[in-house]
Amino acid sequence: MITDHDVIVLGAGLAGMRAALEAARAGADVAIVTKVHPIRSHSSAAQGGINAAIAETDSWESHAFDTVKGSDYLADQDAVEAMTQEAPRDIIEFEHMGVIFFRGPDGKLGTRAFGGASQARTYFVGDITGQALLVTLYDQILKAGVKVYEEWFATALHMEGGACRGLVALEMVTGELHLLRSKAVIVGAGGLGRLYEPSTNALICTGDGYALAYRVGAPLMDMEMVQYHPTTLAGSGFLMTEAARGEGAYLLNSLNERFMKRYAPNKMELAARDVTSRAEATEIAEGRGIDGNVLLDLRHLGPDVILKKLPQIHEMALDYLGIDMVKDPVPVRPGMHYQMGGIKTDVEGATPVPGLYAAGEVACVSVHGGNRLGANSLLDTIVFGRRSGKVAADYAKSTPASTGGEALLRSEQERLRELLSRPYTGETNAGLRLELATMMDELVGLYRVEAGLLEALDKIKGFRKRYETIAVGDKGRVFNQALTFSLELGYLLDCGETIIRSALIRTESRGAHTRSDFPERNDKEWLKHILLTRHGEAEPELSYLPVTITRWQPEVRSY
Amino acid sequence: MQFTIEVGRFNPEGTYPENAVPGAPFPAPWDRSPARRYQTFMVDLPEHAVVLDALIAIREYQDQSLAVRCACRSAICGSCAMWINGHANLACKSRLSAFTQDGKTRVESPPSMPIIRDLVCDMKPFWDKHLAVKPWLQNKQPVPPPNEEYRVSNASMEELIQEVSCISCSACLMDCESFAVNPDFLGPQALAQAFRYAGDPRDAETKERLAEYSKPGGIWDCTHCYECVTQCPKGVAPLEQILKLRRMAVDAGFTNNAGTRHADAFAESVRDSGRLNELTLMPKSVGFFNIVEQIKTLPSAFNLIRAGKLPPLIHKAIPGINRIKTIFERVGGRFK
Repeated sequence: MITDHDVIVLGAGLAGMRAALEAARAGADVAIVTKVHPIRSHSSAAQGGINAAIAETDSWESHAFDTVKGSDYLADQDAVEAMTQEAPRDIIEFEHMGVIFFRGPDGKLGTRAFGGASQARTYFVGDITGQALLVTLYDQILKAGVKVYEEWFATALHMEGGACRGLVALEMVTGELHLLRSKAVIVGAGGLGRLYEPSTNALICTGDGYALAYRVGAPLMDMEMVQYHPTTLAGSGFLMTEAARGEGAYLLNSLNERFMKRYAPNKMELAARDVTSRAEATEIAEGRGIDGNVLLDLRHLGPDVILKKLPQIHEMALDYLGIDMVKDPVPVRPGMHYQMGGIKTDVEGATPVPGLYAAGEVACVSVHGGNRLGANSLLDTIVFGRRSGKVAADYAKSTPASTGGEALLRSEQERLRELLSRPYTGETNAGLRLELATMMDELVGLYRVEAGLLEALDKIKGFRKRYETIAVGDKGRVFNQALTFSLELGYLLDCGETIIRSALIRTESRGAHTRSDFPERNDKEWLKHILLTRHGEAEPELSYLPVTITRWQPEVRSY
Repeated sequence: MQFTIEVGRFNPEGTYPENAVPGAPFPAPWDRSPARRYQTFMVDLPEHAVVLDALIAIREYQDQSLAVRCACRSAICGSCAMWINGHANLACKSRLSAFTQDGKTRVESPPSMPIIRDLVCDMKPFWDKHLAVKPWLQNKQPVPPPNEEYRVSNASMEELIQEVSCISCSACLMDCESFAVNPDFLGPQALAQAFRYAGDPRDAETKERLAEYSKPGGIWDCTHCYECVTQCPKGVAPLEQILKLRRMAVDAGFTNNAGTRHADAFAESVRDSGRLNELTLMPKSVGFFNIVEQIKTLPSAFNLIRAGKLPPLIHKAIPGINRIKTIFERVGGRFK
């Protein structure tokens, strides 16, 4: 089946839905394509809050500086300026849409402290801020009557005359493949956490957006910048929000010592995430951990703060570890959490590929540079979601409708037929995914070194060869998740390779990228972004872009 | 640790694994659901593992054709609500050890919802109901300027966090007794969200909402079975929100409906005689002059007579009725 729209948005998290809403407001015929129902999107897992300089005592310059410093000076400062200037308006808009933000005694929005910020500027709803924003935005999408292709899985982007003009997607309930044509496509398909084991991310975060865009020639930028969150639950790896430390929780080692005093004497537990995660890893490596973890201690906050402001993580620690954080500290460790890099866009969300836009975690504007500050990701999604929705709708107005695409639809049908007809080899996609993700955590994780990265590159090439032969363990049409899982693993392999290659190229330590063989930051050579562009089966093309510096020159970074 | 999982399989294309045997869903008032087959798996997992761990292990290493929705694994995304031993629960929040009965755990798509495949049900009834309550803020005018928030108390926002905590998993609707017999009932989740907006001090259309929610299929169709409160994995307690809406609706004057009349008939009967007058309950609920509806209840009346359950024709007050009246006077409100 072939259907036409003005703008197609891939992904229905905060970035995708915000983009769709803005494009609809601009008069475009918009459709959202999403492999899960919008409410299931991983934006709902963002717990702590969203940053903005709203208070009179605060300024966007201060927010921007904290962001730039947090990024280890790799963020593009024009983009950071845009985001921090527009943050208050965008958050207030969500308040007008109905988000039940926490209030101060005067009835105005109230804040909590967060990592890497020079003052408390994080606005929040308990510890379910992402969920509160997501549900409200979904309800706005319902109100606006935006068409949602729900549980449709994108398999390829449709290119026509060098421009992106839609996509091919698998309707999971029927197993039918469709061509959805448009004048512009916005990718807001979220992160790639499944590439790492363990990760805080949901099972659906499989890098679809990065890989689909990469395959049609959109460059991926800063892919080496993978964030490890300092507090993920021992065992399961679930996220324990930074808001816990924002509310005053301590990090303790086996000597019952607040070890952050040695790493960030001023900000202590509220240093930037890369700094805190490395500190924990050092404590654990030097024998002051507890079974490979450190402790997150909330007891002194009292039951009132814990139960009222952090009920979700309280429930999670109880459900998955049997620990009541009111009474006992919780074992946590650094765990893969967020990809700072992504599809390279300008400050409006446009990629170098005409007709193709991106926003949210999948995009790299870049506002997060080498390390994202907590509560800046929700902000990123709603500011650049809105911006990309507007420019994509404008672009669609002056662009003729696509007429082609049947050839792509047929070749995609053929590709899936081949996948389904492969003979069983005894190897499974799940097994290979686990091998890949364990390898990424080991060799391309918190600490990296050339030999390890070369080994990872070699291994991932081998994984790719094996992937080409693995059979899909379900031959049916209806809701064939074995088929979509196989496609997802293909996306993960593409993402993994770009991360390894970029990590090899950057011979310095900056932000989340720590090279044990190059432990210092090197501004002389590396104040620039690494971009990889795919040209068919050949090695990806490497290029660089200078970091945009408007007013903050790189300084020594300490907390 | 070894766990035994019995999984309800359904495939509209008709292909099933060889060891999946025909069976019926757990005994329940629902009979709309097509027949399934049940397949038994053994999985080796840590003692504290949850049902979803088992299902993922089965899908990844035993049978890739098992269809199950899941994403976050930590009770945030709402994907994995299903029937576990005959009641709706999140698979990611249900410990296998706590849900092992007679040596096994039985999981299946809830028979109260249409089924797509295996553990994947069709959520359309759920989302249709959600949409039907107009789940968006109708902004109170004037809307503050773009750089200013509505000034409201933190208490009024905290009052709503219970409903905002809803993750739309549908566990409440899956086990709703009223929905089981009346597909048009808006159901617990939608009505909890209805309160979330009707109770928002920034909403301008509280009255219009209450009028709408008071119609048949709305707040008065809940039978207080408490299944939604029991099954909700996030403590939303939809029934409590429905009761709040009822109070708001009656206070706003939306009393011309069978639900309010029924509640009033109860209260009046207790006030006047100290106990329930079942004889007048039905006519008062449908309306004394609503002859058509009253005639419709006649078959039930005949059944009662046949079973010897007809209430006494002369309804007597209990001894000490004056003290009951005093209670009503002290409580105040509409029945003093």
